[in-house]
Amino acid sequence: MTDLQRVVVLAGGLDFEREVSLWSGRRIAEQLRAIGIDALVLDVDAQLLPALAADTPDAVFIALHGASGEDGAIRGVLDLLRVPYAGAGPDACRIAWDKPSAKAAMRAAGVASPVDVVLPQTTFRELGAAPLVARIIADLGLPLMVKPASGGSAMGATVVRAAEALPTALMQCFSYGHTALVERFIAGTEVAVSVIDTGDGPVALPAVEIVPVRGVYDYSARYTPGETDYYTPARLSAEATAAVAAAALTAHTVLGLQDLSRTDLIVDRDGVPHFLEVNVSPGLTETSLFPMAAQAAGHDMGVLVRDLLHAAVQRSAT
Amino acid sequence: MVGTNLDPFSDRYAERTHGMNVSEVRALFAVASRPEVVSLAGGSPFVSALPFDAVGSMIDELVRNQGAQALQYCVGQGDLRLRELICQMMALEGISASAENVVVTVGSQQALNIVARVFIDPGDVILAEAPSYVGALSAFMASQADIVHVAMDDDGLIPAALAEAITAVRASGRTIKFLYTIPNFHNPGGVTLAEHRRDEILQICRDAGVLVLEDNPYGLLGFDSEPSRALRARDEDNVIYLGSFSKTFASGLRVGWVLAPHAIREKLVLISEAEILCPPTFSQFIVAEYLTTQPWQQQLKVFRELYRERRDAMLDALGDMFPAGCTWTVPSGGFYVWVTVPEGLDTKAMQPLAVSERVAYVPGIGFYADGNGRRNMRLSYCLPPPERIREGVRRLAGVLEQQLELVETFGPSAFQATSPGDGPRSWISGPSADQV
Repeated sequence: MTDLQRVVVLAGGLDFEREVSLWSGRRIAEQLRAIGIDALVLDVDAQLLPALAADTPDAVFIALHGASGEDGAIRGVLDLLRVPYAGAGPDACRIAWDKPSAKAAMRAAGVASPVDVVLPQTTFRELGAAPLVARIIADLGLPLMVKPASGGSAMGATVVRAAEALPTALMQCFSYGHTALVERFIAGTEVAVSVIDTGDGPVALPAVEIVPVRGVYDYSARYTPGETDYYTPARLSAEATAAVAAAALTAHTVLGLQDLSRTDLIVDRDGVPHFLEVNVSPGLTETSLFPMAAQAAGHDMGVLVRDLLHAAVQRSAT
Repeated sequence: MVGTNLDPFSDRYAERTHGMNVSEVRALFAVASRPEVVSLAGGSPFVSALPFDAVGSMIDELVRNQGAQALQYCVGQGDLRLRELICQMMALEGISASAENVVVTVGSQQALNIVARVFIDPGDVILAEAPSYVGALSAFMASQADIVHVAMDDDGLIPAALAEAITAVRASGRTIKFLYTIPNFHNPGGVTLAEHRRDEILQICRDAGVLVLEDNPYGLLGFDSEPSRALRARDEDNVIYLGSFSKTFASGLRVGWVLAPHAIREKLVLISEAEILCPPTFSQFIVAEYLTTQPWQQQLKVFRELYRERRDAMLDALGDMFPAGCTWTVPSGGFYVWVTVPEGLDTKAMQPLAVSERVAYVPGIGFYADGNGRRNMRLSYCLPPPERIREGVRRLAGVLEQQLELVETFGPSAFQATSPGDGPRSWISGPSADQV
């Protein structure tokens, strides 16, 4: 096994999720240090490239959430620098980051996903908001899920239960991005399935079931201990458990992901999983789902991240 | 199957913690610390204007000559020498006080907290300007007070509105514990209580038996005139006065004070000792040395000129670039401009867009306990240099234009629909360093 001595953890960035990223990055760095690896947390700023050039690490762990960490940009830069990193490459990230593209790929692979319409802000301006809003409700019905076509931590996402709330939800969504993904809301069990691959092929970790106390898994419910109940493994039938694992593995392979990913799904009343989105840089905070799944499977997070980095180093050497 | 909510203590917290949660608004401030972002959000003083060499030498000598005292505990009420110097400083605003009635605190934020602990029972009413300082609202709400806001205009708190509020609260059977007011260069309002209103406000409170809590961190930072005569200078029996060295010297030292009538002062000391044992001796000695060995009044002039220049840069930029329909206050001192945006806009909702455009401000809702303030924002001019202020206002004007386009598309009522979590809150998020 490669001797991994020095790791840079990238965290921070300029995205809305900067705070979450810093929590994730500092935590992973502590967990790596606990097993004897020299881990340094660096922000993505003008000092990064000189720092990586001056003292190139054995590998980089990307704990950036939001655009630069998940849209492939920073991974493309690391490829240019020939620095190995854990996680998917830039091409795969671009598709995974764009929720509508990921949904289309998953549908093509036979995994259900909520019916949706994807509309940029300019379309509402060109066609007039009122008739378009009416048409969306007539076609997709209520309730609806409105969220930015890219982004995480439920920022800019709203469940719309009444027609008059849709314009508000769209406006809030457009504060976070130019394009809105409006989905038919599927009632059911919300689960997250993490996938890891330490070199022997992708493996699905136990599904984590998410039950927000206030009913909505929003930013506060995600990061405030006590606001959400989690069940690991999820309280699903054996068939549904197998189906969500298969769906997450499909996402990981069909989208060309590597090393780690987390797929978010809703399991409807018939036990059918519906793909919502996939995360190439899942949250790693105290309240995040990936570490819960890893722990349930008996993994120490520091050791797991080290093994993921090893896999990345091996890959880059071939 | 047993689940976990990741908080094994959730059934043991005090009721006052209800609503203390991780906030998306606060998360967005995380980006404001990056140099790419022009932050018009924080109320941090421009401490770089201090003569660091002189202050450094002064601290060096302090440790060498008085280290045994400066690095030791002190009395809970605070160092007597500093309290005497504080009295001399307050005399600039017409206050005659004894050092015996001064309690030194860890910034005036701790003073707010101990006053709240001494006076507030759950459900008691605190009157506060609309809007009011977020840190004060947090301190009062942590003691489970009900905040009732009282209207202001360009001349500060409106006496008639105050009288009406007192009558209305009393009619509802509730108890008013005090009026919290920032008479000079209001945070966040930017306005100053007019001279002709000061005695009237005090008279209304005296007649109604309502104590006055005067918070005056910016009083010596006026641009155009001598300091106003403090409310405490006009009524020493019914006013508790809060002061701070955060804006006039160094916020990092965390030294503030409270001046209170004798009976109250005694309780404040006991509560403060229970909280912190004693205020930091080293910081107090540094402040005392600064006031006795350095030309601090000259330095105040430096600060005033610097902030005046930045205020002018902000007002000019707002006039040049902000869209029609926006209005703002014109501060004659202090750090803040309070902006009102056109109908239909929501300053909380547009915050992510501002982050994308690399500019930060504080949405108005943070300064209200009742969910108001969606059409307001606080802009600070204290920290960035004039050219960055202008750039920040330019970026913010672009954000407003984009939001106006959204409103034009979806209609002016779209942002006013109630969304979950809005309305009166049981807890104010903050204050973070970006909001003070």
